[in-house]
Amino acid sequence: MQALTNKAQAVNRKPMTLLERLYLINIIKGMLITFSHMFKKQPTIRYPEQKREFSPVFRGLHVLNRDEEGRERCTACGLCAVACPAEAITMEAAERVEGEEQLYREEKYAAKYEINMLRCIFCGLCEDACPKDAIYLSETFAPANYTRKGFIYGKSDLLIPNPLTEASAFAEAKGVEA
Amino acid sequence: MTILALDWGFIIEKLIMIAIIVFASLGIALYTTFGERKVAAILQDRPGPSRAGPFGLLQPLADGLKLIMKEEIIPNAANKWLFILGPGLAMTASLMSCAVIPWGSAVDVFGRHVELQIADVNIGILYVFAVVSMGVYGIMIGGWASNNKFSLMSALRAASQAISYELAMGLALIALLMTTGTLSLKTIVEQQVQGHWWNVVYQPLGFLIFFITAMAECNRTPFDLPEAENELNFGYHQEYSSMKLGFYLFAEYINMIMSSAIMACMYFGGYDLPFFNEASVAPNIAALIGVGTLLIKIVLFIFLFMWIRWTIPRFRYDQLMGLGWKTLIPLALFNMLLTGAVILAKL
Repeated sequence: MQALTNKAQAVNRKPMTLLERLYLINIIKGMLITFSHMFKKQPTIRYPEQKREFSPVFRGLHVLNRDEEGRERCTACGLCAVACPAEAITMEAAERVEGEEQLYREEKYAAKYEINMLRCIFCGLCEDACPKDAIYLSETFAPANYTRKGFIYGKSDLLIPNPLTEASAFAEAKGVEA
Repeated sequence: MTILALDWGFIIEKLIMIAIIVFASLGIALYTTFGERKVAAILQDRPGPSRAGPFGLLQPLADGLKLIMKEEIIPNAANKWLFILGPGLAMTASLMSCAVIPWGSAVDVFGRHVELQIADVNIGILYVFAVVSMGVYGIMIGGWASNNKFSLMSALRAASQAISYELAMGLALIALLMTTGTLSLKTIVEQQVQGHWWNVVYQPLGFLIFFITAMAECNRTPFDLPEAENELNFGYHQEYSSMKLGFYLFAEYINMIMSSAIMACMYFGGYDLPFFNEASVAPNIAALIGVGTLLIKIVLFIFLFMWIRWTIPRFRYDQLMGLGWKTLIPLALFNMLLTGAVILAKL
């Protein structure tokens, strides 16, 4: 039979010589290799103190955005929910009433906005679909939780801090993405 | 008035020394486990245990506490007494071998001349051999009493391995004893202190064989077939939990320390610090320097054990037997004949 490549090598079944049967030379070679590893740089990242930098295109937990005056941008149009391939987003819309102008940017807002982080595949299509620049994916990931319910993130978990009243928290949540 | 015609000071002195040596061995063994993990980690480009205490130094204490707090389980089908006897025997045997190791020359405390050795028996090496051979009973009994087929396999392996390698070890040692002419470890060390060279210069092949067989006797990788994790599920200590398991693991480390000490004494001059004139300092200080020297030699040997463990994989069973019977024993015999011929030629 013709060989497909010329890479094949016949197995060497020669009995070992006395020196090889003593294993010593090869063991010393191996020991020198392991010894050289003592002086190599450890790639370890000591996690809680040190954290690995995410790539700039990392897509993590969702954030519901506010505008410069601290008003929620979301108008509960539902485009993100439609765009979501995992059907992770649900929302309920409500109409803004008199006196809530500083809370919501437009006449309609999301009274309830939930993302199931167990369903979410962090594809970022909601971010693309949003016409109001109200949702984007941040650079953190969903932490572990004890219950499945804990992974359904409501508005209180998703909404970015108010830039007027909690400026530092806002800047932190905004992160590099800004 | 004397209560008995006994030198009570002598007994107290020996009791204190026994206590010191036993607890020191336990402490060193505790930190050898830590050293093992650190060495393994560094050789594999990892940081190793670093969470408990500064540099992870409290890790062995945490491990020990964990082992003690675990539930003691004795399997229903196990032979209860032998099951308990196994780890006890392993531990006793490994601790007993430290009785004849000369840890240093001698110190003068409170007007007493204290030899830094528990017992200078004139058959020291034979005693060590007897005790080390008993150590395998710990494994055999534990493996057999567990009533588990993996444990039984492992016990069989341990026994056959011990028999094969003790033979080569003994033969390697005979060559050394032919040059020293004594079985007492103290005398062997003193000869090296007084003489120009350490015994390893006269017996390089003998040392190599002794080192390999010592590794096999300690059940260290590459000879850890009795506890082969991936084929025997930890072998003889599979059914063990809590401190009984801890005893087995501890016994392995104490064995390692003791075999390092014996190798240091027999081949590497024991407490002899080379290029250092002991007479130039006070005798007590010289003795302490000697103890430190021996400890450093032991640590170096332990590092060598670990270095080998984390470099090479385990032998296959037939390779193990082949190495023992077909390579080491003929080599040891050859070494013995060679030594004998040289001694004859010198006469």
